Amino acid sequence: MTNEELKIKLTELLPAAAFEEGGEWLNINIESKDWLTVAEKLRQDETLFFNYLFCVTCIDWKTHLSIVYHLSSTIHRSTIVLRTKLDNSDPEIESVSHIWKTAEFHEREVYEMFGVNFLNHPDLRLLILPDGWEGRNPMRKDFEDPVNMIKL
Amino acid sequence: MTDKKDISKDFPGQVHETPGGGIVLSKLDDVINWARSNSLWPLTFATSCCGIEMMAVASAKYDFSRFGFEVARASPRQADVIIIAGTIVNKMAPVLKRLYDQMADPKYVIAMGACAISGGPFFYNTYSVVKGADHVIPVDVYIAGCPPRPEALLHALISLQEKIKMGMTREQIKS
Repeated sequence: MTNEELKIKLTELLPAAAFEEGGEWLNINIESKDWLTVAEKLRQDETLFFNYLFCVTCIDWKTHLSIVYHLSSTIHRSTIVLRTKLDNSDPEIESVSHIWKTAEFHEREVYEMFGVNFLNHPDLRLLILPDGWEGRNPMRKDFEDPVNMIKL
Repeated sequence: MTDKKDISKDFPGQVHETPGGGIVLSKLDDVINWARSNSLWPLTFATSCCGIEMMAVASAKYDFSRFGFEVARASPRQADVIIIAGTIVNKMAPVLKRLYDQMADPKYVIAMGACAISGGPFFYNTYSVVKGADHVIPVDVYIAGCPPRPEALLHALISLQEKIKMGMTREQIKS
């Protein structure tokens, strides 16, 4: 499916979505409260069938956070990118680990690195950071290295 | 009368010619150090890009077995020298310490590259990197570079041999 076809199809499904083009993949900006319903539609719709979530990342923009989901369909050979904004001080979003199992680990990593709270995640605890890690989330822009810190 | 024609130039001792043969004069410690320094087995321990340079040094083009670093051992119990080739992170530090403890005496340590010396490019603003492997285990030879050239590692290995022959490694001074 080409990006144009995807755009037409997705507009039917999500009238509120804002598209961003120019890259290899179609970018879609959505509201974080819509995320769970959107995810279910994308996974279940026969003509889209995004059955593979291959990347979950988070970006700290200082004013807000954004989470980026990369979705692929192994049947239709198509890929889209979904972005959503989150609040800086108390970020939370619905977990999609019951839709894509791989999200469980990806979300745990975003949780420990950025402190995003994934609602209804089955096992939200630290993934890579050592047990008993106390303090800030190391990938946040306001993180300060307790040993050697240079402020720019 | 000294005739070193038939023995290695490096051998720490003298040969005194006598009728029907010769007598070797040396100190046992010197002979042991000489022997040890020429058969140092490194541990295959690499944590990042310096490991690639270390592999290059082991391969045919540079070939550290020419200098007695015959076989890289995959077990610390069979290794004499540990080349810390790469970044040591906080989670890796206990593993490094354990590997070092498992090595049989005498044992030697080479810190290869900026990360192993001081944390290198990860010295500032990091949450995970140990700022120098010598916070974890004692180091005999440091090699600068990011990563060091294979020649630099060869030089470090030869320097370590010199140090052992002089009895100046940490291990030897301690005992």
